[in-house]
Amino acid sequence: MKSIQFIQISFLLIIGLYQNGITASALQDKMLDEYGIDVIGFTEARQGWRLQNTPHQKDISISELRLQMEITGEWDLATINFKGDFYGDLVDESINADVRSLNVLVSPFGFMDIRGGRQMLTWGTGDLLFINDFFPKDWVSFFTGRDDEYLKAPSDALRISVYTPIFNTELIYVPMVNSSVYIDGARLSYWNRFQNKISGSNYILHNENRDNFPDDGEFAGRLYRNMGSMETSIYGFYGFWKTPEGFNPSSGKLIYPRLSAGGASVRAPIFGGIGNMEGGYYYSSDNTDGDNPIIRNSEVRFLAGFEREISSNLTAGIQYYGEWMQDYDEYLKLNSSLPNDEFRQLITLRLRKLLLNQNLILSFFTYYSPSDNDAYIRPKVKYKVTDAIALELGVNIFVGEHQHTFFAQFEDNNNAYGSLRWSF
Amino acid sequence: MNNNNFILKTLTTALLILAHFVSGAGAMDVETIIQKANNAAYYAGDDGRAEIKMEITDSQNRTRIRKFVILRKDEKDGGNQMFYVYFQRPSDVRKMSFMVHKNTKKDDDRWLYLPALDLVKRIAASDKRTSFVGSHFYYEDVSGRSLNDDAHTLIETTDKHYVVNNTPKDPGSVEFSSFKVWIDKKTFLPVKAVYLDKQQKAYREVEALETKEIGGYPTVTKSRVKDLLSGGETVSEFTNVSYNIGLKTNLFSERYLRKPPKQIRK
Repeated sequence: MKSIQFIQISFLLIIGLYQNGITASALQDKMLDEYGIDVIGFTEARQGWRLQNTPHQKDISISELRLQMEITGEWDLATINFKGDFYGDLVDESINADVRSLNVLVSPFGFMDIRGGRQMLTWGTGDLLFINDFFPKDWVSFFTGRDDEYLKAPSDALRISVYTPIFNTELIYVPMVNSSVYIDGARLSYWNRFQNKISGSNYILHNENRDNFPDDGEFAGRLYRNMGSMETSIYGFYGFWKTPEGFNPSSGKLIYPRLSAGGASVRAPIFGGIGNMEGGYYYSSDNTDGDNPIIRNSEVRFLAGFEREISSNLTAGIQYYGEWMQDYDEYLKLNSSLPNDEFRQLITLRLRKLLLNQNLILSFFTYYSPSDNDAYIRPKVKYKVTDAIALELGVNIFVGEHQHTFFAQFEDNNNAYGSLRWSF
Repeated sequence: MNNNNFILKTLTTALLILAHFVSGAGAMDVETIIQKANNAAYYAGDDGRAEIKMEITDSQNRTRIRKFVILRKDEKDGGNQMFYVYFQRPSDVRKMSFMVHKNTKKDDDRWLYLPALDLVKRIAASDKRTSFVGSHFYYEDVSGRSLNDDAHTLIETTDKHYVVNNTPKDPGSVEFSSFKVWIDKKTFLPVKAVYLDKQQKAYREVEALETKEIGGYPTVTKSRVKDLLSGGETVSEFTNVSYNIGLKTNLFSERYLRKPPKQIRK
């Protein structure tokens, strides 16, 4: 009942705001034309339910009312960008204010850009698969059906980009690591290795924060250039696993072990579409020989993808992805019950169809793992009722043969959601 | 005898010159006409900038607005071009940027930048006869259709227009059977085009509603596409148009997808 009321209130609020939309638009134009300040944003109500009864979890999977504002000021010397979210959430029963970006961009030389502050960082060629992108993700948002934007979590970083005729360089320094939002049981249930069963809010995982300056800093770099239509990049990273891939038995908490990595990618038009390949070596330096049972081993990751339009307004994309664990023999000796495979493979499929003058978007994305025999299916329908109002409906389905594999462990979190968004 | 010979020679030469003059001026070669039209419509200046507002009206009279800024740079007239499009409206696409390297000899290269994710997405080459940003304009209407894709016939020359009929060389690749274009004789701007479907019925019409001379280049500043079957239409208006503003090639690169260049502002 509570959530029904919540939807009603949200709906009224959005309609109310929409009626003032004309004024908002005029004000936005005035701000931009007279002061060079660009203001945009949206309000949104999003509601979702679990599709099964889950012990230790609420029936609602998401229930929030959100306001996002983005303010960008552009001057000759610098550009300042702020983006913040203010939202109330009935699952956590909390009111939150998140700063998603607050940064300054300057170009001290014609060949250099520097952006400092909180910002979104992305690179690499995978479609919802990440090999050389060591920037934080929010998997809880992704699995509970928030907008795709929220899969990316911000970094507090200094990004220096240098452009030369031969190649371009980007260097990112994160003074204190920003981690991903991982599945800890509070909101989504998971396979609990310690109890050999699925746990939820009855067994919330805790981690030791990395918050020492400068020891817990990270560096990421990328060199890239285009050769004709082909884009090539090489990457390097020195920092920490982005999800807590280690355990400290004395504190009973998860830890973020050290990780270094190097990789490369290419992306180019081929066979009437876009093809991409990417690979990376993950060096788990706190467990160099694979003989440490409580820290993830080193691994090799790679992917190959292809996307093309297969008929008018219908695009299809397919990717093959692999994670090859190093020192597997050592790993097996130490993990005899329910071990992970040496070679985890994934196939992803994306289909996207635009209808009704591109106002109706049907999208389907699925991960299927032939090695784990599990899958994550996320179909979504979006309809742009007007230029300002959009409706979205979607489901997140996890299926698998064994409860302990990567996607199958989330099978108690299958959910369906809907949202109504007013953009201004 | 010598005299007669001389007169004959002179006459013949005069006739030849006259014939050449007549054919040159009166009946301009159709390939020349369409080349000039292509250059006038899509290659004015070495580069250019325009702010575009599209009003899309569907068959049920509902309207939607698209606003964006386009920057363009030509490699050479009739050749490869680069486009940078910065979206302003509607709000859900605001601040996205779209870049096209238009290649006359192979598929175009396209990128889309989504600032919320800091994601540079490579876009697969698509059917060029699909809607541009949900409007009734096709990609091809915006960036030009390759002259080599059709066979051209000059079917009529009126006081004001050359009327050229265009038949696709690969009929299976397009939805029309032919289209007729009216080209202004003075400016060489195409001012109207009517497309016939496979049943030879007119179903789509593109028309220049307003033309101005800007910086010495005749420019279509307002145009309309009508869907003659469903009744929907899109009106596109160009404002703050300028040419030869000195856009650099490196502006059309990943750097400026992430950091929109100053030139997108007035």
